[in-house]
Amino acid sequence: MTWMEFMQVDFPALATAILAALICGVLGNFLVLRRQSLMGDAISHAVLPGIVVGFIVAGSRSTLPMMGGAVGAAVLAGVLIELVRRFGQIEPGAAMGVVFTVMFALGVVLLEQAAAHSVDLDADCVLYGQLEDILWFEASGWWSLFDREALSGLPRELTTLAVLALVTFALLGLFYKEIKITTFDAGLASALGIPAQAFHYGLILFVSLAAIASFEAVGSILVIAMLICPAATARLITDRYGAQLMLSGLFGVGSAVFGYVAAGFVPGWFGADWALSSSGMMAVVSGVFFGIALVAGPRYGVLATRVFRAAPVPRPETI
Amino acid sequence: MANSQSLATEEIQVPALAALPALSVRDLTVAYDRQPVLWSVDYVSPSSGLTAIVGPNGAGKSTFIKACLDLVPRLSGEVRFFGEPLRKRRRQVGYVPQRSSVDWQFPVTVLEVVAMGRYGFIGWCLPVSRRHRNAAMECLEKVGMADLAGRQIGQLSGGQQQRVFLARALAQEAQIYFMDEPFAGVDAATERAVIDVLKSLDDEGKTVICVHHDLQTVADYFSSVLMLNLTKIADGPVATTLTQENIARTYRGRVHDLNLRA
Repeated sequence: MTWMEFMQVDFPALATAILAALICGVLGNFLVLRRQSLMGDAISHAVLPGIVVGFIVAGSRSTLPMMGGAVGAAVLAGVLIELVRRFGQIEPGAAMGVVFTVMFALGVVLLEQAAAHSVDLDADCVLYGQLEDILWFEASGWWSLFDREALSGLPRELTTLAVLALVTFALLGLFYKEIKITTFDAGLASALGIPAQAFHYGLILFVSLAAIASFEAVGSILVIAMLICPAATARLITDRYGAQLMLSGLFGVGSAVFGYVAAGFVPGWFGADWALSSSGMMAVVSGVFFGIALVAGPRYGVLATRVFRAAPVPRPETI
Repeated sequence: MANSQSLATEEIQVPALAALPALSVRDLTVAYDRQPVLWSVDYVSPSSGLTAIVGPNGAGKSTFIKACLDLVPRLSGEVRFFGEPLRKRRRQVGYVPQRSSVDWQFPVTVLEVVAMGRYGFIGWCLPVSRRHRNAAMECLEKVGMADLAGRQIGQLSGGQQQRVFLARALAQEAQIYFMDEPFAGVDAATERAVIDVLKSLDDEGKTVICVHHDLQTVADYFSSVLMLNLTKIADGPVATTLTQENIARTYRGRVHDLNLRA
């Protein structure tokens, strides 16, 4: 493999996967810590019709219309869930389940129609991701990273994720303390005058944006794994808030790198001439990380709590 | 106040604060999904002493506190702290929620939780400085928890968790405190710590209003009482208000009567 080959084929795919996993991995913390993991599931499904409508309106896979469509769909889903919950008098989980599966189904119907009339959008790509299609033709070697002309030809998916990553991490850093208190104790935050509701909706907004920006990398279904697995893994390893955020990002990136390598290169090492799905392997690796932490985690792992009977972990009452 | 340099305006207001009641509530009505849980409550806090809110389960005791703090929407009514609405008096209002209101598995340390009480003094987007961490540490010392500052909150006993919440409220350096069942399910050491904290707040002239479920101990800890069951049944000094007659009226199933009328 030459530098040129790597920079044209593997670099854009790997960088896209890493950025998607990093953003989703860190944002997923706030779903896991607020005990709203199902929300990630709901959002990533419910944005599908928005993505497709955005595509139909714009006539191409350009970022802004699809982002707009996805955010619109996420808002619609939020309103519908609230309406179903209030007027149907059913529990929130069921309301969420009804709304996001129906919206996803609507998305699938629209998607099949849109795909039939266009070569630019197909169901496989939206549902499972198409990392292999993200190419950087302008690259001629690692030096292209410093070449303005080549950089302007970076794939759209990659630049979208890079911008989203910058904005997301800038905001997470800026509102570090506010996000922490609204996540831990929304009541106290409100009493102190920090608008917990606004932060909640801001979080939902950014999860929607992350889901749409990542869907071309990992697909709209596997993005759930990227939102939940790294944060859940970190939760088994650390009891520190800062470390939790760092580790989940690290596990996300680790899943991306190992998943990509396992999918693209490992079959070749054994003489096979086929490759595995990279987005699929990313999710599998994130699951493997979780499995390892579940068994060997220092405090909450099965070995520590059941086999060695280390310091007992109190599990006090929760809401 | 400890940070009077940055709060010069508030210092000017202090003499005025003393004259106004810490909390005055007029015609407060709250409903969840069209079901009234508090009905036209009028209340003015006493100028000194600790107050207990008593009433049966579902009488709206916690809701009263939450409605005062704008944590649940009010259907009608007006709540004033030292004569002003909450948004102008947030710094003067402290809150100890029920222990079950947060996830104790959350990955934060004891000191980090107590430092959250200082957030009102720290500007938006600014980190918790050493000065505020020290202030939080002092509050932990007051409840006898300084040696556990670095522990994750999930590794504490129920009583220790209650003391963390208490220390966090102290860190708010408020003038009026709302506490939701601070004595619920605590050990003897914590009970003493809670009493000590209540006493010292009382000595400093702060107003404290606690939801309290144990009628037997109301007279031991509190000097005033607010008796609620959907409406206000009575309020005033414990000695004259917590009478057999008022207790019977408070704990009788008045919820049904009012629902029919509503």
